[in-house]
Amino acid sequence: MGKSNYLKLLVAAALVAVIPLIVSGDYHLSILVFVGINCMVVVGLSLLMGYAGQISLGHAAFFGIGAYSTGILTTHFGFSIYAAFGCGLLFSALVAVIIGIPALRLKGHYLAIATLGIGEIIYILFNEMVELTGGPSGLSNIPAFHIGGYPFGHSLQYYYLVWGVLMVILWFSLNLIHSRVGRALRAMHGSEVAANAMGINLSFYKIQIFVLSALYASVAGSIYAHFVSFIAPNNFALMNSIMFLVMGVVGGIHNIWGAVLGAVLMTFLPEYLRVFKEFDILMYGAILLAILLFMPEGFLEGIPMMWRKYVKRGEA
Amino acid sequence: MDLQAQIIQYLAAGLTLGSIYAMVGLGFTIIYNATGIINLAQGEFVMFGGLIMVFLTTTLGLPMFASFFITLALTTGIGMLYERLFIRHPSKKAPLMTLLIITVAVSIFFRGIAMFIWGKDPYSLPHFSSPKPILIGGAAILPQVLWILGLSLLAVILMNLFFNRTITGKAMSACAVNRMAASLVGIDPFRMVMLSFALSATLGALAGASITPIALMEYDRGPMLALKGFCAAVLGGLGYGSGAVVAGFLLGLVESFTTGFISSALKEATALIILILVLFIKPSGIFGSEEVGKIKKI
Repeated sequence: MGKSNYLKLLVAAALVAVIPLIVSGDYHLSILVFVGINCMVVVGLSLLMGYAGQISLGHAAFFGIGAYSTGILTTHFGFSIYAAFGCGLLFSALVAVIIGIPALRLKGHYLAIATLGIGEIIYILFNEMVELTGGPSGLSNIPAFHIGGYPFGHSLQYYYLVWGVLMVILWFSLNLIHSRVGRALRAMHGSEVAANAMGINLSFYKIQIFVLSALYASVAGSIYAHFVSFIAPNNFALMNSIMFLVMGVVGGIHNIWGAVLGAVLMTFLPEYLRVFKEFDILMYGAILLAILLFMPEGFLEGIPMMWRKYVKRGEA
Repeated sequence: MDLQAQIIQYLAAGLTLGSIYAMVGLGFTIIYNATGIINLAQGEFVMFGGLIMVFLTTTLGLPMFASFFITLALTTGIGMLYERLFIRHPSKKAPLMTLLIITVAVSIFFRGIAMFIWGKDPYSLPHFSSPKPILIGGAAILPQVLWILGLSLLAVILMNLFFNRTITGKAMSACAVNRMAASLVGIDPFRMVMLSFALSATLGALAGASITPIALMEYDRGPMLALKGFCAAVLGGLGYGSGAVVAGFLLGLVESFTTGFISSALKEATALIILILVLFIKPSGIFGSEEVGKIKKI
């Protein structure tokens, strides 16, 4: 990865380390934990959408597989948290491979439709497998995360855990897109035919990236389950998959940093819209529409563009 | 109830559900053909159709017949406004991915407006004619079911005539095949896109106004309907109108019979399982030929 990205990653890490000194209170810290969790999923989606040119309408399902795997295995079967984490990753990868192989071999956006279908089927399974998942009323009493027998009890600990993991994910992803794989992906995004002619195995790379993004979502889901200690199917429905996409698009899908920005903005927005009580959905829709209409490229590119326009107007 | 009566009963329920899915699926197809956009706010047209109808008949006390047509007109207006305000300008430069997310945003926004006006409660509507069930072969069938079937069949026939027999309809088809070539022979593509949103909204409103008497309607009914309609559109071979209609009816029937004979828990999953199977076995859809069924772009 380039020098500028190292620098950005360092700045981000420094910010992450400093923010808890400024922000106090469990409420704000817990929102920041959710921001971090969403970031993980959206970074995966950004790799998939922005670099592999594929859309997933079912990432909430992978998020859910991670969450339910650790939730069920630790509460019902007495697995250790780490083993449960691993199982969650394994399940997600398995599901991703099963949908990915047939869908990504075809040209066009079959992945979007296949993930939509699988996502909803998994959501229905969460609802119907009552003995394991607790059905619509959810699964509760998921144990807190712990490292070496030292349990996490505070949002601050989760904050460092989530953002620490996210930094690793970002480092890995940035390296990935500046490697052979990343160049292959970008070539593919430019022109599939040309990339193919250069000897790039299109479907192999697409499946790899899709599985990777599913793994990110699964990690996020597992941490989420331990943090909130209660999960219900509604957290993993189609709307949530779409919300992850929205975060990516609002930030700018062609850039990993855009994904981070989008996740930050769109996780905070509903919290501040609570003042509108019942009209929050109206406000949310209106703000989202305004952002998309005036900055279709996303915030990361849209803001500098607007600024340049503004400066030009000032000169004239 | 004996088996024959049961089968007739499920058949009627399945055809009712199916005609709604068919309307929504056809709406998807029309917009998709004109723009390449998958309009995820399609279900909100149905919701508006139902709730506007409730407002006109129950709140304003207008007669059924008049309010039905006013509902269609108003929802069509909403569809046109939607295209003009939120789709036309971005569609000139934004990638299709962004347009897809815009339709999501519009769907959330529409739900917000509906909640602002009508609140969260489900509303009912008087039946178009007598609410007394007709006995057919031992099964009780509501006259409203016949209304729904009749109206949706009529809509499908009219759409078919429109696309094959009128100049405007043919211009729309031309636009779907090749936008550039169509504008070269003097067709205004923007007008066609707006028309596609208008037609889609009309179909949605028709479905909404006619099912509300038996299924009630509330502000957040849209997404589930959109999902089923989308399944129908894909199964029929995306971009292939009659395919979407047939697939919609099939989906409705399959759902109704699984609910009746297997389990109601499976009901929601059947459409999706069929969708996945078809995608993996015959990706161009059940009825789509390789050429028409090819998913162009999202």
